[in-house]
Amino acid sequence: MNKLTCLHERHCGLGAQMSPFAGYDMPIEYEGLDAEHLAVRTKAGLFDVSHMGEVDIDGPDAVRFVNHIFTGDISELPTGHAVYGMMTNELGGVVDDLLVYRKGADSFMLVINAANIDKDIEWIRRHAGAFHVEVRDRCADFGQLALQGPDSEAVMKAALGIDGSDLGFYTFKSLDDGTIVSRTGYTGEDGFEIYASPAVIVAMWDKLMAAGVKPCGLGCRDTLRFEAGLPLYGDELTDDITPLEAGLGMFVSLDKPGGFIGCEALKKQKAEGLRRKLVGLAIEGGATARHGFEVLDLDGAVIGHVTTGYNSLTLGKNIAMALVDARYASLGTALQVRIRRRTVAAEVVKKRFYTPNYKK
Amino acid sequence: MKIYYLPSHEYIKVEDNIGLVGISVYAAKQLGTVTYVDMPEEGDDVEKEEVFGAVESRKAASDLFAPVSGEVLEVNEELADNPRLINNAPLETWIMKVKINDLSELDALMDEAAYAAYCEGLSH
Repeated sequence: MNKLTCLHERHCGLGAQMSPFAGYDMPIEYEGLDAEHLAVRTKAGLFDVSHMGEVDIDGPDAVRFVNHIFTGDISELPTGHAVYGMMTNELGGVVDDLLVYRKGADSFMLVINAANIDKDIEWIRRHAGAFHVEVRDRCADFGQLALQGPDSEAVMKAALGIDGSDLGFYTFKSLDDGTIVSRTGYTGEDGFEIYASPAVIVAMWDKLMAAGVKPCGLGCRDTLRFEAGLPLYGDELTDDITPLEAGLGMFVSLDKPGGFIGCEALKKQKAEGLRRKLVGLAIEGGATARHGFEVLDLDGAVIGHVTTGYNSLTLGKNIAMALVDARYASLGTALQVRIRRRTVAAEVVKKRFYTPNYKK
Repeated sequence: MKIYYLPSHEYIKVEDNIGLVGISVYAAKQLGTVTYVDMPEEGDDVEKEEVFGAVESRKAASDLFAPVSGEVLEVNEELADNPRLINNAPLETWIMKVKINDLSELDALMDEAAYAAYCEGLSH
């Protein structure tokens, strides 16, 4: 039996196409993926992302503990700021990618992927033993909305009375009722993510719907993040793929004092050179190269696999991200992709297909 | 001309021993805007209930299953440049034309009324 978010009745009422995702019954699309994708690129769209998990880390050792399990260095992160990074295992593989919110000197909120909630919380608790911290699972306390697109700031002010103009990218504020509003997102557009009690989330959803914001499903959430070159856990990141292989080295502080779980393995990988790399591919023709399809060299030998692929609405052509043998990762390298019974030509390109419009 | 359906939402419109195969209105709506149709080659033999191609939208790729066994007489070349014709008029936009080997294979398919009831069941 799939879990339901606090907005489940709303989705059904809107006639959304629902599908199981990470153990939740989630809306894939309402009006249609393309219209929803364009709304986020040009105006604003609203996502129910209440399936995401929240974990609080508090206590005198909170800074030291978060730094121990997280690839980024949060020791200098100011209160009211958030940072993206990963938790890695001893071999450098990614346990999860997440946001860390600094709520106070010794107080953090971790936002983790729905599919990994049980694994992550078990992982965090397992490593917390030697630290004076309290780990609290807050998943049931929060619903979450993502309001994304260039009109988000104006819409949030008009419909919810929340002023986001003072929030820079990757900063947040807490409202009197405990609601957290951050200028973050997963679409390559400006926007906000709002964490609040389920009752508050439902009331906000209704107000934003009444204001005419388009409801958007997980279908376009995936096409939007993909165009912006953002990874999805399970596709570009897994327990067996390291952040360096995924091209996320800028979120890994290999030199921070004390290191972190996986740091030594990643240092070694960096010193020895990467054997696999995540690349972008421009695919010839009309067929879409999807997750798991084989990537071949020009002789037909398998040298990697597609992690995500779409017919890009913004670019009007087929593109993909693929994890390939590092010897084939240079821009301009000619490759092939097997799509069902045919092989089609592909070329290595930059994997940020769409230049994000973030507010600085 | 009579129309029959598979549970996987392909239709076949039959006249004499010639069938036009495409996807149903229900399937086209579920799929969303079609971005690509992977078609067989003229002269290919297709087997009943075996994959003969695929139809793709941004959301998903769906295999196409042959309603009957037969020889591909023609594929709809218009779909190469304009796959979304399928969304505009699914029942008019056939994907392949087949010469049906054994007309009795049609007996196992759903007729229009049975298929309508089947779709009704899926949406509840």
